[in-house]
Amino acid sequence: MDIVQRIVSGDVRTIARLLRDIDDELPSARSVLQGLYPHTGKAHIVGFTGSPGVGKSSLVDQIATFYRKESKTVGILAVDPTSPFTGGAILGDRIRMQRHFLDPGVFIRSLATRGQFGGLSKSTNDMVNVLDAAGKDLVLVETVGVGQDEVEIANSAHTTVLVMIPGMGDDIQAIKAGVMEIGNIFVVNKADREGSRKTVRELMNLVELGVRRRNGDDWEPQIIETEAVKGRGIDKLCQTIEDHKAYLKATGSQRWRETVEKRTRIQLMGALRDRVLKAVLEKIEQRGDSIDNMVAKIVDRQSDPYTVVQQIVESVLT
Amino acid sequence: MGKQIISESALDRIEKEHAEWLEEYRKALAKVPKRLERFSTVSDLEVNQLYTPLDTQRRDFFEQIGFPGKYPYTRGVQSTMYRGRHWTMRMFAGMGNADDTNKRFHYLINHGETGLSTAFDFPTLMGYDSASPLARGECGKCGVAIDTLDDMGRLFANINLEEVTTSMTINPPASVLWAMYIANAERQGFSRKKLGGTIQNDCLKEFIAQKTLMLPPEASLRLVTDTVEFGTKEVPRWNTISISGYHIREAGATAVQELAFTIYDGITYVEEAIKRGLKVDDFAARLSFFWNSHIDFFEEIAKMRASRRMWARIMKERFGAKNPKSMLMRFHTQTAGCSLTAQEPYNNVVRTTTEALAAVLGGTQSLHTNSLDEVYMIPSEQAALIALRTQQIIAEETGVTNVIDPLGGSYFVEALTDKMEQEAMAYIRKLDELGGMVAAIERDYPQMEIADAAFHFQKQVEAGDKTVIGVNKYASDRPELEFVLKIDDQIEREQIERTERFKEKRDKVGFQKAMDELVRRCEGPPCWNNNVMPALIEAVRAGATEQECCDLYRNVFGTYTDPGSF
Amino acid sequence: MANARNLRILVAKPGLDGHDRGARIVARAFRDAGFEVIYTGCHQTPEQIVSTAIQEDVDLIGLSILSGAHRYSFPRVLELLRENNAEDISVIGGGIFPLEDIPVLKEAGIKELFEPGAKLSDIIEWVGKNIIPRREA
Repeated sequence: MDIVQRIVSGDVRTIARLLRDIDDELPSARSVLQGLYPHTGKAHIVGFTGSPGVGKSSLVDQIATFYRKESKTVGILAVDPTSPFTGGAILGDRIRMQRHFLDPGVFIRSLATRGQFGGLSKSTNDMVNVLDAAGKDLVLVETVGVGQDEVEIANSAHTTVLVMIPGMGDDIQAIKAGVMEIGNIFVVNKADREGSRKTVRELMNLVELGVRRRNGDDWEPQIIETEAVKGRGIDKLCQTIEDHKAYLKATGSQRWRETVEKRTRIQLMGALRDRVLKAVLEKIEQRGDSIDNMVAKIVDRQSDPYTVVQQIVESVLT
Repeated sequence: MGKQIISESALDRIEKEHAEWLEEYRKALAKVPKRLERFSTVSDLEVNQLYTPLDTQRRDFFEQIGFPGKYPYTRGVQSTMYRGRHWTMRMFAGMGNADDTNKRFHYLINHGETGLSTAFDFPTLMGYDSASPLARGECGKCGVAIDTLDDMGRLFANINLEEVTTSMTINPPASVLWAMYIANAERQGFSRKKLGGTIQNDCLKEFIAQKTLMLPPEASLRLVTDTVEFGTKEVPRWNTISISGYHIREAGATAVQELAFTIYDGITYVEEAIKRGLKVDDFAARLSFFWNSHIDFFEEIAKMRASRRMWARIMKERFGAKNPKSMLMRFHTQTAGCSLTAQEPYNNVVRTTTEALAAVLGGTQSLHTNSLDEVYMIPSEQAALIALRTQQIIAEETGVTNVIDPLGGSYFVEALTDKMEQEAMAYIRKLDELGGMVAAIERDYPQMEIADAAFHFQKQVEAGDKTVIGVNKYASDRPELEFVLKIDDQIEREQIERTERFKEKRDKVGFQKAMDELVRRCEGPPCWNNNVMPALIEAVRAGATEQECCDLYRNVFGTYTDPGSF
Repeated sequence: MANARNLRILVAKPGLDGHDRGARIVARAFRDAGFEVIYTGCHQTPEQIVSTAIQEDVDLIGLSILSGAHRYSFPRVLELLRENNAEDISVIGGGIFPLEDIPVLKEAGIKELFEPGAKLSDIIEWVGKNIIPRREA
């Protein structure tokens, strides 16, 4: 069996190794991804974002448990930050998912952001594709919950879940500032804490404000209270994920196509940007020049950034 | 500002001469450079070169120091201290099966030990019977395996439980083991009203440091409060919680962190019991504490003295306690396991002696001295005897017990005692701000503070800023010890079979009825009518094993996983 | 611009003891040395440890134990790695081991044992010298 077949048949070791090769940007991984692409497009991808400490891992753990009872297979990608000083990372999200360690129907992978500023690693989308091709019914992506990762995950996932806890005034402010459109589902986790009802009420007001701007048949963001550690509210959350999926896939609607196209476009643009930049840098190096030289010239006022870029584009791309 | 003992004119002279001395000291150091850039305790608390009345002058003698047995108890909880009787010499013991440990108990009693202390193996500590798949390879290794009431009976065979007090180091399953202890004692004809001893039963420090985790924090606190309530009403001589700093320190905390987090745990338990409807003066006297005595001699003495004063003030001012007994911080001490070295293990006797001396000068009520081989495993008989003899020599040869709080009034010790209290109170205010200990634990706050301190110390050792003889200075290899305790792997199978036979014999109907009642109580709202203790005592009498009771807890209350953040 | 492979290390605590001071210190030191560390907390069974090591495609498993159950759990981890064709993943141990157990554990395939007093810098140096990330799949 070749690698593609082994992955499509769900071989854990091969999947795990390919994910590593993707993360390490090995050229060989690209050809495997090419071979896997025809097998993708079946999994439902759910992204989880929200500040560190709101309980994303516990929610993901509970959602996996729910879907396993329905005999659905689950892939989980949990992202933690890379230390900007040392390049190392401690990846600890798995701790809250221990009950799935021996379940062959759940594949969990921890990844580090590796220099990306947001809460996703560069390789996340490719890794989602691998788990999709490996036949996982559901792929859950847990972001770090910093920077602009709501935006990133909304571009990667079919359903985006924004997680918060009672009393997080700042987060509500952030939502007002424009991420309201991104979340399909809002979870108020640790709902046993004081202030949960208040947070829910504030969210409801925001949702209503948003509704006035929307068309009649648009998805209305749902607000769900959970206590992930006790498993409370999980049934409802999973049902809402299913509702959102059904909404996207409703017959006669273009929503699913639009969602997939959007995701594909962003991935394509990302991949193109990476490859073109890499090719350009290689060409520059081949010519015996370097970015460092160019920077020095610009700083010394022997040239300027506009001219330098113009020269590169003309010499490399024509 | 308090009432000064030294007159202003005398202080002026001290100040003047101190300045002159400092000048000379600095000049001399210019010729003979200092050994270290910075002098600090093992917790990295910086200390001055000299202390004088200038460091303590502003303190009111009666408010800060006072007399032994008098508020704020800085100098000791009794007026007589060791002139009356020595501390209880309580050696932590447990290995293999109940019979092996019973033999060790008798050995220690025969050599002058005055209280028992039981070490359970890891399956027992985590609420699993020896047959659990999670227990493979663990049975009897780090303590004694207790699955059933019969095991408990064999553990304390031929020991008068109304005379000897027993400490049991057990936390999430504490209620179950205590039920077994009470049921066994009553079966032997002893009265529960006369039983004396301690269950550690300190679930909060498990979340913070030791990670013997079973139930979520709220459920853990409910069970702890059940035992406090039951003890208050039914077992009046029992210490229902031993609020422990020991494990917090072993996890790498500083002395101040140990002091602050432990006292805050105590505050939390008191709050819970008050919420349950108990009156503070009805139960507070049965709370006891457990400190670590680490290698930095004066820091430990200051910590223990500060702890008494802090607890007295907190009980009086925060909780309005009226009974002086409610304000007493009575504590057990264990010398620091983490200060021992595998390299040149005989040096551990010296470390333990120094730490034990600090505990005695700090005014401990009870003491375990580590055996020199405890860095490898639970102690051999020979090593345990040296450790017990260490206490006896301190008590009966050195003369340090002749005078109460002999370091009281030392400028350095008093200043350091004040410093400990001030820094620990800053942590206590921080924990208040965070919304209490459970909220702080959920945020990983104490865990991270400790992890940072542990990492800092490790870095200091590796940089040579802190010295560990035989490890980073005068380093040498680990030698073969002449006595080493071995636990036979065979014990595991025998224990599993014994428990199996025990379960076969029990009356199934009676057992089920008892377990149903226990479930009913666990599911009900916390109150005296739903207190788990009476039902647990019935359940273990009806043959319930430790794991069966703990599985019931896990089913009703759920489980808990350490957040493990960095 | 082919990146050098990041080392991935699983730091795991088998057995029922909760003494995670050492494991946590070592995990931090590995991070500071630039490695990616997967930390799974206390009370892991050998089965959970090996399953995690494979899913996470680590180069090395560091086992930390202080309960005395290493005679069961260490060989069991090695056995499970073999059963899953993952014996290329190296295993080291940290904790307290009776002297007579050390040759037995090494014979079983534990690459190195680090005892109390081991320096972090020595552990990291050992890893740097002895653990080479695998080549492409």
